[in-house]
Amino acid sequence: MSVNYNVLGLVFASMHDSSVSELTEHRTMGSIPFGGRYRLIDFPLSNLVNSGVAAVGVITKANYGSLLDHLGSGRDWDLARKKGGLHLLPPYSQTGGIYKGRLDALANIWSFVEHSNAQYVILSNCDIVTTIDFNPVLEQHKNTGADITLIYGKGYYDEAKNTSTTILQFDEENYVKDVLVNPKIKGECNQWLEMLIISKELLKQIVFDSVSRNTFSLTKEILQNKECGYKIMGFEHKDLFMRIDSTEAYFAANKRLLDSETRRALFMPKTPVYTKVGDNAPVKYGLESNIKNSLIADGCIIEGTVENSILFRGVKVGKGTVIKDSVIMQGTTIGDNCRICEIITDKNVEIRSDKILNGSETYPVYIKKNGKI
Amino acid sequence: MYTKKKVVAMLLAGGQGSRLYALTKNVAKPAVPYGGKYRLIDFPLSNCTNSGIDTVGVLTQYQPLVLNEYIGNGQPWDLDKMNGGVHVLPPYESQAGASWYEGTANAIYQNMDFIRRYDPEYVVVLGGDHIYKMDYSKMVDFHIANEADCTISVIDVPLAEASRFGIMICDENRKVVDFVEKPKEPKSTLASMGIYVFSWKKLEKYLIENEEDANAKRDRGESWSKDFGKDIITSMLRDEQRLFAYEFEGYWKDVGTLDSLWEANMDLLSPALPLDLHDKSWRIYSRSSYVPPQYVGNNAKIENSMIAEGSVIDGSVDFSVLFAGVTVEEDAVVNYSIVMPGAVIKSGAVVEYAIIGSDSVIESGAHIGKSPELVENKDDWGIAVVGHNVTVSGDKSVEPKQIIGENI
Repeated sequence: MSVNYNVLGLVFASMHDSSVSELTEHRTMGSIPFGGRYRLIDFPLSNLVNSGVAAVGVITKANYGSLLDHLGSGRDWDLARKKGGLHLLPPYSQTGGIYKGRLDALANIWSFVEHSNAQYVILSNCDIVTTIDFNPVLEQHKNTGADITLIYGKGYYDEAKNTSTTILQFDEENYVKDVLVNPKIKGECNQWLEMLIISKELLKQIVFDSVSRNTFSLTKEILQNKECGYKIMGFEHKDLFMRIDSTEAYFAANKRLLDSETRRALFMPKTPVYTKVGDNAPVKYGLESNIKNSLIADGCIIEGTVENSILFRGVKVGKGTVIKDSVIMQGTTIGDNCRICEIITDKNVEIRSDKILNGSETYPVYIKKNGKI
Repeated sequence: MYTKKKVVAMLLAGGQGSRLYALTKNVAKPAVPYGGKYRLIDFPLSNCTNSGIDTVGVLTQYQPLVLNEYIGNGQPWDLDKMNGGVHVLPPYESQAGASWYEGTANAIYQNMDFIRRYDPEYVVVLGGDHIYKMDYSKMVDFHIANEADCTISVIDVPLAEASRFGIMICDENRKVVDFVEKPKEPKSTLASMGIYVFSWKKLEKYLIENEEDANAKRDRGESWSKDFGKDIITSMLRDEQRLFAYEFEGYWKDVGTLDSLWEANMDLLSPALPLDLHDKSWRIYSRSSYVPPQYVGNNAKIENSMIAEGSVIDGSVDFSVLFAGVTVEEDAVVNYSIVMPGAVIKSGAVVEYAIIGSDSVIESGAHIGKSPELVENKDDWGIAVVGHNVTVSGDKSVEPKQIIGENI
């Protein structure tokens, strides 16, 4: 893919942090570990880079130490550039304190956007795991002359389970007719994937209008506000997407990677998902190891049994230990003869020998970072 | 402006590695894959970085495309530096004419200007075909402490194997008194590892002298050579320079042959192996591929193996080393083998005691290699090898010692 200087990417690293409060206690949504070797922000960043977007701003909020550590100079996404490249945009609000909504955040980082020569801006969050090429969206945006193009996917929505979900309704001409946030319904819906394309000029107008009106929310003030009169259209992303809007959803999304269709949809050979390089040795399987239906990252040393699980980099599994249906994050050490089922361990957890831990599919037991059992 | 460097490393990476046959058909030997995610050159490059040597010249000649691409700007090894860093140095044409590197000493001779830019005190000369972790800075310290002109790292080998190596004969202070290349009756078991520390001014002098001397011999129609062991070390000994042997203790493996490459990979599966690739204080860096973690399927059976990211395993894998992006389908069997990046072992294929090159395909029903127990005459047994990008069709088998470089 050649490089496109006409589009600027803006990624919100912290949108909807509170829906997975356990996992974001010490980090942003964007830096939640996912799929054995990734962080959630790897998906929007890789989508932008693979679509040729040369310049990307990452808008941070609180707790962004781990995000900075992950992104570094942006080199692993090929974004350590003189022209374009990765820019980390730390939070502050003109109205004091941390920004209150997307429009407020954009107002505060506007000088970065202003300096860009790009004509279009792509906004994305980190809580949707998907692989998408933005070029067809951009084409449609240009061809229809829409003011804003919202990227959506068709998927099952249940208000009892899903949080932070925006549902779109369209008229016959594919204009957005209605925008509903967490409506009390369930069934197949057009779900906004929290990604949109807009011209820089219009975005500037919206952002500065909102500052003068003291309004902050893009969804509430612009998308839901029919009086704005903007021509808002939808672009259907037909491939797989997974919304991380609860710990349960996080657990389920990781486990969906065990399905080859899911992996095929996310990890396409021509559009790799980039991430920070770990320089770990390959996985070492011991004499009595027994592995079934699992995703295992480099640096693991496995002597026991692992089934239906995701093991991140550098996990150690002792002899006689059985791990089932679990998500074991980076650096976790598990001793000998443990029984572990339906568990999420955060980074660098230590589980000593002979422990038995059981969660359930809908309530996986979560063990926080650096925990010792 | 170049800042002065105390140490510059020169890595000899031009060798063809002809004894690796099909595996070095299109790639230089230092680019040969090893250990699931590495290439041979990762070891000396990572050792340089971990030893604090940040200026490395890599001398390339044979099939450099893959190697050049792999080294790139040196970023994976932290060798993308404003001052110093890694530089690939191929032979070039000058006003005096163009010439290939005519031996290891000549390769350095032709790049003396590169070294002079950094005005170093010491030059470390390395090869690109050994597996080991070594702190070169300790060897440089040893060199300085002995006020040596040249320090050669040596490893104690069993007497029975000593005649395969260049052997150093030392006095009680580790001062080298004699050097014999592959002696029939070795007088010592200290084998040269092909790693040298030279005081640069001294090396410069001997490189120039050897060059002039060899060229004069060539003009007279006599036999000549421009090598480190044979010429530079021998001349320095003749002139009674201070040569010292620095004894290395640890894992060191030459991977010059197919059998030794296979063995060096199998060594990684031994629990007693003194080469810890998980050691965070001395990482071996490599250029990563952007692939998801490996997936192990419901029908897989994996024991005592090393497998890299991006692989999809649904068959049986035992005592094997599998590189990134390898596929082992259901009912495929891989035993005691090395499978290089991107290779596919189809359902029903059997691979044992074999090396399968990158991106090769072993079709269903094919049988590669054989257990030594099933071979009557032990001399007939050896590793079966399938080169890079080779397809072995389902009705074919590859016998022990056989090397396949084309589709069959």
